[in-house]
Amino acid sequence: MHQSTLAGLSEALRSKQISSTELTEHFISRCKKHNEQLNCFITINEEQALAAAKDADNIIGTDSASRLTGIPIAHKDIFCTNGIKTSCGSKMLDNFIAPYDATVVEKINQAGLISLGKTNMDEFAMGSSNETSYYGAVKNPWHLDHVPGGSSGGSASAVAAMLCPAATGTDTGGSIRQPASMCGITGLKPTYGRVSRYGMIAYASSLDQGGPMTRSAEDAALLMNVLAGFDERDSTSSDQLVEDYTERLNNPIEGIKIGLPKQYFDDGLDSEVASVIEDSIKQLEKLGAICKEIELPNTHLSIPAYYVVAPAECSSNLSRFDGVRFGYRCEDPKDLSDLYCRSRAEGFGNEVKRRIMIGTYVLSAGYYDAYYLKAQKIRHLIRDDFQTAFNEVDIIAGPTATGPAFKLNEKINDPVSMYLSDIYTVSVNLAGIPAISIPAGFVSSLPIGLQLIGNYFKESQLLNVAHQFQLATDWHQRTPEAFA
Amino acid sequence: MEWETVIGLEIHAQLATHSKIFSGAATEYGAQANTQACAVDLGLPGVLPVVNREVVTMAIKFGLAIDATIPEQSVFARKNYFYPDLPKGYQISQFELPIVANGHIDITLADGKSKRIGITRAHLEEDAGKSVHEGFGDNTGIDLNRAGTPLLEIVSEPDMRSAEEAVSYMKKIHSLVRYLGICDGNMQEGSFRCDANVSIRPKGQEEFGTRAELKNINSFRFVEQAINLEVERQIDLLEDGGEVVQETRLYDPDKNETRSMRSKEEANDYRYFPDPDLLPICISAEQIESIRQELPELPDAKRERFIKEYGLNENDSLILTAQNDLADYFESCAKKVNSSAQLCANWINGELTAALNRENKDINQSNVTAEMLADMIIRINDDTISGKIAKQVFESMWNGEGTADEIIEKKNLKQVTDTGAIEKLVDDVISQNDNQVKQYLASPPEKQAKLIGFFVGQVMKQSQGKANPKQVNQLLREKLK
Repeated sequence: MHQSTLAGLSEALRSKQISSTELTEHFISRCKKHNEQLNCFITINEEQALAAAKDADNIIGTDSASRLTGIPIAHKDIFCTNGIKTSCGSKMLDNFIAPYDATVVEKINQAGLISLGKTNMDEFAMGSSNETSYYGAVKNPWHLDHVPGGSSGGSASAVAAMLCPAATGTDTGGSIRQPASMCGITGLKPTYGRVSRYGMIAYASSLDQGGPMTRSAEDAALLMNVLAGFDERDSTSSDQLVEDYTERLNNPIEGIKIGLPKQYFDDGLDSEVASVIEDSIKQLEKLGAICKEIELPNTHLSIPAYYVVAPAECSSNLSRFDGVRFGYRCEDPKDLSDLYCRSRAEGFGNEVKRRIMIGTYVLSAGYYDAYYLKAQKIRHLIRDDFQTAFNEVDIIAGPTATGPAFKLNEKINDPVSMYLSDIYTVSVNLAGIPAISIPAGFVSSLPIGLQLIGNYFKESQLLNVAHQFQLATDWHQRTPEAFA
Repeated sequence: MEWETVIGLEIHAQLATHSKIFSGAATEYGAQANTQACAVDLGLPGVLPVVNREVVTMAIKFGLAIDATIPEQSVFARKNYFYPDLPKGYQISQFELPIVANGHIDITLADGKSKRIGITRAHLEEDAGKSVHEGFGDNTGIDLNRAGTPLLEIVSEPDMRSAEEAVSYMKKIHSLVRYLGICDGNMQEGSFRCDANVSIRPKGQEEFGTRAELKNINSFRFVEQAINLEVERQIDLLEDGGEVVQETRLYDPDKNETRSMRSKEEANDYRYFPDPDLLPICISAEQIESIRQELPELPDAKRERFIKEYGLNENDSLILTAQNDLADYFESCAKKVNSSAQLCANWINGELTAALNRENKDINQSNVTAEMLADMIIRINDDTISGKIAKQVFESMWNGEGTADEIIEKKNLKQVTDTGAIEKLVDDVISQNDNQVKQYLASPPEKQAKLIGFFVGQVMKQSQGKANPKQVNQLLREKLK
C-alpha cells in the first residue's frame, strides 16, 4: 500500500479497504525502520499521528471528511508546527518549539491529513545536497552513497523511499524541484504568492515558496487544492482566485506549444541527462505538443543575481537568531557582544555563515548599488526573458538539474560548483513563475527530472502536461528496490 | 566671533492606533511587561508583518496638513542592527520612498513674525521594545510591549536658528498631530519625543558646521535646555581651537549636561533595503481626496477665524488654538455668552489656565466646564457681579461649590447697585477719613485722580467688594468737590 498514490489511498480509505490508523501505523513503522539508513526525518510524531488517524477514522465517510482525510504526510522542518520541534535543520533551533502552526500546516491539518513528522533539510534551506543539515546528510534511496539533492532532501528521500505518500517542501532556488529530480518524484514550485509563507521560516523572502512533493502530478494537484490560497497573514500572498487543480488534468495537450531554451541545453548539461530530456520531449511531441527552440538570453546571469539577492535577504532574515529570546544561546556569555557573536558562531553552520557574510557585504554602504541594486535589475531582465518567451509558447521544458544526484561529499567543499548546479532552477524563482519537476528517466540508475515551466498562475496547465506525460510513461512509478 | 546656530529636528510621534503597525497586538501604555507582544512582535521564526491600514491614513492626514507631497507609492525598508530590544534584528522603517515628502509649517517667532520651517519627510516605522535594567541583578530584562508600536518620524529641514525656534516648531507639530487626532501627544509616556541635530557656524557662512545629534528628548523644556547646552559646548570647543566631531549625544536632564553616546566611526551601517515581506504602499488620488475631506480645521485656519469671527487679539487667538480642545472650550464658552469673546479668552487664558497648571490638569479635566464659565461671565456682563468678585466665584466653582448663580446666591455676592446703599457707604468713608479728605481737596486735579483710589478701595472694602465700582467712583467724585 505504500506504493500507492494519494489518489489511490483516498479511494482505499473511502471504500474502507483500509483504515487511517492502519495506514498511519504502516508508514510510521516504515519511517522507523528506514530512517536510520536514510536520515530523512528529524522528528517522527508517532503519538500525535496515531491520535490524528483515530480521529480521521471517525469522520471518514461523513460530510466532515475531505478527499484527503486520513492520509499521512510529512512536513519539511521549515514549517512551524504548534508544539512540535521546528529546527530548520539547524543547531540554532534544535530547542525551538513554535507556539503556532504555519498556514500550510494549518491547511493540511484542516484537510484531515496526518502529519507523520518533520523532514530533514539543508540548514535554513541553504544547500543543494542536504549535507548542510545539523542533523547530518540525507541519503538518496536510489543510491545510499549519493545525495538526495536539497534543500528539501528529507522530503524527497522520504517520498521516494515510500516512507510517506507525500510531503511539503519549499523552493527558493530549486529546493523542491532539484531533489524531486534527483529522487525520482514529482515536485511543484507554485507561483510566488500562491501558497502562504506564514510560519515558513524565511530564507529569502522574495523567492521562498512552499509546494507539494508527491509521487505523481495528480497527487500534486490534489495537494495544491489544499495549499493554495490567499492568507491575510502574508502580505505577499496573492488573492487571485484558486482553481480546482485536478479539473484540467485529463485535457488533451495536443497543439500545446512548448519552448526549449537553447541556454538549457548547452555544454553545462551532462550529455546522458540531455538524451533523457530529449527522449521525454519526443514523448511530449507524441502527445501532440509542438516544440520549438527559444532563447532565455540572460540565463547565465541568474546564478550571480540569485547569490546576491538570496544572501542579502537571508542576512537580514536570520538576524532574529541572536540568542536573546529563543533558539541556541552560548554558555556563559560575558557581555552582549559575546552573547551575539558566540551564539551565532556556534549555532549556525558554515554554509549559513557564508551566505550571511555575502549578504551583509552586498547590502553594505558603498556596495549596495553595485551588487544588490544590480541584481534587482537582472531580476527584471530575467522576468522579461520569460515574458517574451511566453508570448510565443505555452510552457517551457528542459532539465531540472545539470546531472543526476552526485555523491555525498563530492561538492560540499566546492560551494561554487554546488551553486552552479542550480542554473536551471534559480531563474524561475527570480521571475516568480511556477515550475514542476517530473521523473523522466535514469542515468547510471539514478533518476533524472524533466522541468516544465509555466507563466504566472498557470499551475493547472503544468499539472495537465505533467499528468498527460505520466499517463504515457511509467518513470514516476519506478521505486528504489531496497525500499520496495 | 559671532556664531549662528543651525537646528533640525526629528520628531517621533506615536500614532494613536489601537493595534500595532504590523500585528494585531494592543498598543495600550503601561500594561504588564510582555503581555502586549504577539508572535509577530516577538519576531518568532516564520511570522510575517501585515501593515495596519489605519497608520497609512494617519500619515496621509499629516502630509495633507503640512501641505506635503504624498507619493503614489511608498516603500517599507529594513534598518538592520542588533539590539536586545529589537526582536527581528531589524526595524521596519521607510528609507528611500517615505509616505510624506516636502512639506512645511509656519511658526510664530517671539517678535510676532512668522517663519516657515521645511519638513523634508515623514515616514512610518515601528518602535522597538524596552530594556529594563532595574530588578534583574546583573541581567537585563526586556519588555516588548512597545515593540511594533506605530511611529511617524517627522524630519525637518535644518531651518531653525535658535532653541526657541526649535521649541516653537516642536510645539506647532505637537499641536498639529493632536488636532489631527493621530497622536495623543503625551510626552511623559514617550508618545511624542524628538532628536535634535545641532551645529553652529560663523555668522554669514553658508556651509554648515559639523553636527551633533541629541537623542530622545521628551519635553519642550528639555529641548530648549539641551540645545542651548550643546550650542555653548560647541562654541567653547571651537573658540578654544578644537573641533566638533559628528556624534550622537545623550541629554541628561538630571545633571543638565549632554554626553557622547557614540561617534560617527561607531555608527551602524544599517544596510537598508526594501522589506520583501511587505508590498509597496500604493495610494490613489481618490484616497487622498477622501482623507482630505475628513481633515478637521487646522490651527492656522482656526487662529485666523478666531481673530475674524470673535475679534480676539493675535496672542490670545494663538494660545487658544494651540490645542484643539482648548479652542473648542473657548468656542462653547463664547457662543453661550454670545458677546464679550475677548473677555472669555481673558478668563480662559488667565484664571482657568492658572488653575489647570496649578493642578497639572488638561483642559478636558477642568473642574469648571465651558458652560459654567460662560454663565459666570454672563453675570459679569449683566452687572450682577464685578470682575473682582468673579475671581472669588471662579475659585468657588473650581472647588466644586456649585454654579456661578448658586455661589452668588449662597455667598451673597450680588453686586450692590442701589444708589442709596452705596451713597451711605460713601458718606461713611468720607466722614471717617477727615485727613485724607483734606489732603485730597488741597491737591491739584492730577494728584486727585490718584488719591481717589484710596476712597474707592475703602468703600469697596466696606461693601465686601459688592458695590458697583463705577457707581462708587462717580459718587465719590461728586461728593468730594
